[in-house]
Amino acid sequence: MPITIAEIRKIATLARVKLTLDEERRYAETISAVLDYMKILNEVDTAKVEPTAQVTGLENVYRDDVPVKAPNKEALVFAMPAVMGNELKVPGVFAADEYSL
Amino acid sequence: MSLNELTIKKAHDGLRAKKFSAEELTADCLARAKERNKKINAFISFTEDEAMSSAKMADVLIKKNKAGILSGIPFGVKDAICTESLRSTGAAKILDNYSAAYEATIIKKIRDMGGVIIGKNNCDAFGHGASNENSMYGPVRNPADENRVAGGSSGGSAAAVADNECIYSIAEDTGGSIRQPASFCGVSGLRPSYGRNSRFGIMPMASSLDTVGPIAKTVEDVALIMETIAGRDFKDATTVNEPVPKYSEIIGQSVKGMKIGVPKEYFDADGIDGEVSAMTEAGIDKLKRLGCKIVPVSLPHTKYAIAVYYIIVPSEDSSNLARLDGVRYGVRAKTDNLFDLYAESRSTGFPEEVKRRILIGTYALSAGYYDAYYRKAQSVRTLIKKDFDDVFKKVDALVTPTSPYPAFGIGEKINDPLTMYLSDVMVSPAAVAGMPALSVPSGKTKAGLPVGIQFIGARMDEESILRLGHHFENN
Repeated sequence: MPITIAEIRKIATLARVKLTLDEERRYAETISAVLDYMKILNEVDTAKVEPTAQVTGLENVYRDDVPVKAPNKEALVFAMPAVMGNELKVPGVFAADEYSL
Repeated sequence: MSLNELTIKKAHDGLRAKKFSAEELTADCLARAKERNKKINAFISFTEDEAMSSAKMADVLIKKNKAGILSGIPFGVKDAICTESLRSTGAAKILDNYSAAYEATIIKKIRDMGGVIIGKNNCDAFGHGASNENSMYGPVRNPADENRVAGGSSGGSAAAVADNECIYSIAEDTGGSIRQPASFCGVSGLRPSYGRNSRFGIMPMASSLDTVGPIAKTVEDVALIMETIAGRDFKDATTVNEPVPKYSEIIGQSVKGMKIGVPKEYFDADGIDGEVSAMTEAGIDKLKRLGCKIVPVSLPHTKYAIAVYYIIVPSEDSSNLARLDGVRYGVRAKTDNLFDLYAESRSTGFPEEVKRRILIGTYALSAGYYDAYYRKAQSVRTLIKKDFDDVFKKVDALVTPTSPYPAFGIGEKINDPLTMYLSDVMVSPAAVAGMPALSVPSGKTKAGLPVGIQFIGARMDEESILRLGHHFENN
């Protein structure tokens, strides 16, 4: 089933990406083709198969809880796009309605 | 021979014998790289000051007889790897002005012993691509034919090494990104076992598949780099606690009697270029002459690997790239609205392929689709892994072509993402299962395009494939 422009818009909002109308159409087409290809996996019976999240089989890897060298503050502040003194400037988080779909 | 044409081994011997200095070697590489960059575009940034000061430090170590194998050797680093205080863009505009605030563990190991970074190699943005056409800093051209791609995503690394612009490069392979460009450019590249090398400082794409490894001019050089960089890292909890063998001392061991599997699913006549087929067959004959036993085998779930790969990778990727939001570092869009800050920074800062994978991944992980896509792919992944585990009970290594075809034309596949994805058919399965795999040049087509042959090993058995690659290269 091809993915609709409405679905592309919804995903784009979730992914915090802005698309032009032309991009929406293009992505709907190409992503539909890709997802269509994925149907090949339905040929495989995985009812009794455990998913593999990672191949090493490692679990619960620990290190001692001691402080280690961290990136220095100057480097981090230098990288900030908008700075006031030593603080990062950002737009207000609690403004109305910008997350409604 | 100009100094930039040397291998690590020859350069190291020359430095120790005081035939030339690290400064001279570095100057030669930089001169070559800068002269060629307009044509090949293998570097996004040059790090001249850093290079010359590292070279000076290396010359001091060499004088004191304290030089390590990589001391004083000029190398490139894929720009999707963080190099402290040096510009690290990931080949995307969202990090155009980013100077890495910390160092990748592997890079630190090399720099601490006087390794000389001459620049950051061009790549597909954040590793997204198989042709290096998805870089926001222009495509990389193949030194063998400038109208053709260098491969991807580590196209800049492979091209720079093939073009003698640097002696080796540290790159990254999620689903073929070291091996495929190595084969397109005619150099050697190793994808290590997942968990062999530390991923700390590697800009992450798919955390359960990413690996970092070397691209170099010879298998011996690959082995020398690996024994320096491999090993457990407390900053990367997915690294395996196993000792690092002295690969360079092992590669000389005879391969006589090794059982090499030829998986039939990789040799489907329809999908493979005729010359690649012929060269691979010739390569298998060479293995026979070296005393290897050739064993036909089957990896029945091979045909599902691309689908598994292109669900898992965009899913994990969409999560990993969420950190690139214009807030704390990188390029921020000018707006007072928070949502627009995220959306515009990301939309202008990422190329199309990155956005596409983020969207695919977000979809595959969203409520209602998670089981059908992501969980299903992870389950098929178990079966692909089991195919490899089973086959390695019967053989010591597998041999396949690295790519179904040699380097294609720039622009040829870029408008059809699915076709581009299918070019990974021979390199994805090993990645999905976490196996080590080495690509070594196997010849050139009539048109002069390099072709690579791939050796896949059992998990944590880089030794077997390095031995095979070394003997293959030298006979």
